[in-house]
Amino acid sequence: MKNIRLIKDSIFSKVFFTLTILSISTVVLLGLGLYYKSIPILDSSSLSKLLFSSEWKPFKEAFGFYPFIMGTLWVTVISIVIALPLSLLTAIYLSEYAHFRVRKLVLPLIELLSGIPPVLFGVWGVLVIIPIIQDYIAPHFVEFTTGYSVLAGGIVLAIMIFPLIISILIEVFDNVPQELRDASLSVGATQWQTIKKVLLRKSVAGIIAATVLAISRAFGETIAVLMVCGNLAQIPHSLFDSGYPLPALIANNYGEMMSIPMYDSALMFAALLLFVIIFLFNAISRIILFRIEKSTT
Amino acid sequence: MRKLEENIFKVLMILSTVLISSTLFWIIYTIFSKGLGSLNWDMVSKIPEGGFYIGKGGGILNAIIGSLYITIGSTLLGLLVSIPIVIYINIYAKNNSLLANITRLSYDILFGIPSIVYGAFGFAIMVYMGLKTSLLAGIITVTLMIIPILVRAMDEAIRVVPEDMKNSVYSLGATRYETAKIVLRQSIPGIVTAILLSFGRAIGDAACVLFTAGFTDSIPTSLDQPAATLPLSIFFQLSSPIQEVQNRAYAAAVVLTIIVLIISITAKLVSKNLSKNKI
Repeated sequence: MKNIRLIKDSIFSKVFFTLTILSISTVVLLGLGLYYKSIPILDSSSLSKLLFSSEWKPFKEAFGFYPFIMGTLWVTVISIVIALPLSLLTAIYLSEYAHFRVRKLVLPLIELLSGIPPVLFGVWGVLVIIPIIQDYIAPHFVEFTTGYSVLAGGIVLAIMIFPLIISILIEVFDNVPQELRDASLSVGATQWQTIKKVLLRKSVAGIIAATVLAISRAFGETIAVLMVCGNLAQIPHSLFDSGYPLPALIANNYGEMMSIPMYDSALMFAALLLFVIIFLFNAISRIILFRIEKSTT
Repeated sequence: MRKLEENIFKVLMILSTVLISSTLFWIIYTIFSKGLGSLNWDMVSKIPEGGFYIGKGGGILNAIIGSLYITIGSTLLGLLVSIPIVIYINIYAKNNSLLANITRLSYDILFGIPSIVYGAFGFAIMVYMGLKTSLLAGIITVTLMIIPILVRAMDEAIRVVPEDMKNSVYSLGATRYETAKIVLRQSIPGIVTAILLSFGRAIGDAACVLFTAGFTDSIPTSLDQPAATLPLSIFFQLSSPIQEVQNRAYAAAVVLTIIVLIISITAKLVSKNLSKNKI
């Protein structure tokens, strides 16, 4: 009768194996499904026209994604420019200077921040960031703005990606061997010199990986950005112009997309575009991080 | 001179740490101070009445219940898929085998795919299968989104179970399946944390359910009916030009904030308290 246990074991082995394989193939399925839905639009106009034309007239079947791609790039670049330096400073402080009690107090707060739903960041952006931009920042630079701008989107996104960058950076810094720091300190370097010359130099790959991951997070964020960016189909020319990032475009038009021919295919193409870029970015940075982890253990 | 540079940076570091950790309180404070005034018992105990979206009576019970249905349904479904995967890559597959590493990499990547892409994909499947916007379509899409969260978190929890323990179970003659059960029991705190994490993500996500679950003023009674969700209810009410409706959006935001905070804080406490009993 001992065979029953072995049979059970091998049955579960096969079932679990199949489930694992099936679930990995979700990655492929996601790409294929979105590609399949975007075939009509890819057939009717060229890829370069879709990516680099500014003409957006769904009723005339003209789908130029250039303004939306530029909108996405603007908010993403702004958010990284704000978030990266602040996160670097915070992560260095927490891993090198701060007392462990401070670290124990601050890290849970940052973790909690990462659990706040995007829509609440959006509400906060509308209530706090928009008025600040409209009343205090923008008047120094431009004559009129509603506050709903790529800058507002960038600021809100920056706060949303803080937790991601900081947690990865702290992990990367923790992976730098203590002996390296000790060696540097023992030859007379100050702690700050050790950080600059040893810690940061050893962590370059990890910092790049964290940044790339953060970029892809910012790229795909939808609701919060949709609420604060203004959503005008134009190419932004300044921080205070409205923008219309790709995810916001998809989310905003789901209602109409079935009634206009080609519209749903165009929006699926936008989703495919997001998927491909984010897939590549994630794959690259995860492989870098995997290597770092492996090299130290 | 060397000290000066270090001190300047130290000040900057402390400032940015304070700034980043205080944003959480800033966000919570803003939402509470704006929304608490409009929060009342009707808001959380009634469904929208006629003219709700022009400022008449009713509440957001439809969205609260809809969100709970979707979140609970997708978490259960997600566990059903992810527990076997985690067991397979940790117990059945050889240590650090190619398959285990590929699986981990795929889930790291899937974890980074934004919910709007899952939403669009869910919508494509829905159209393909001839479904309408419904509770079921919402649950399936959200499940796809949270499986990576569950797998990654549980994988981390199971990986820290000492190798010695697994070996002693094997040495008693247990099969891999029996070992898996014991290892799972050992990782319960990690699994609970994973469930709470994914629960929090699922209840707060809007982009996934926008296409798939739809929106309705009534509480769904079967899987093929559309379902309202809290984030979308906040989003739609906030886009209204009427002040009273906007105020209710803020009140709904307070409700969502409270739910999410309770979930996150419980997750922290669970992982702290239960892991004390570990060997």
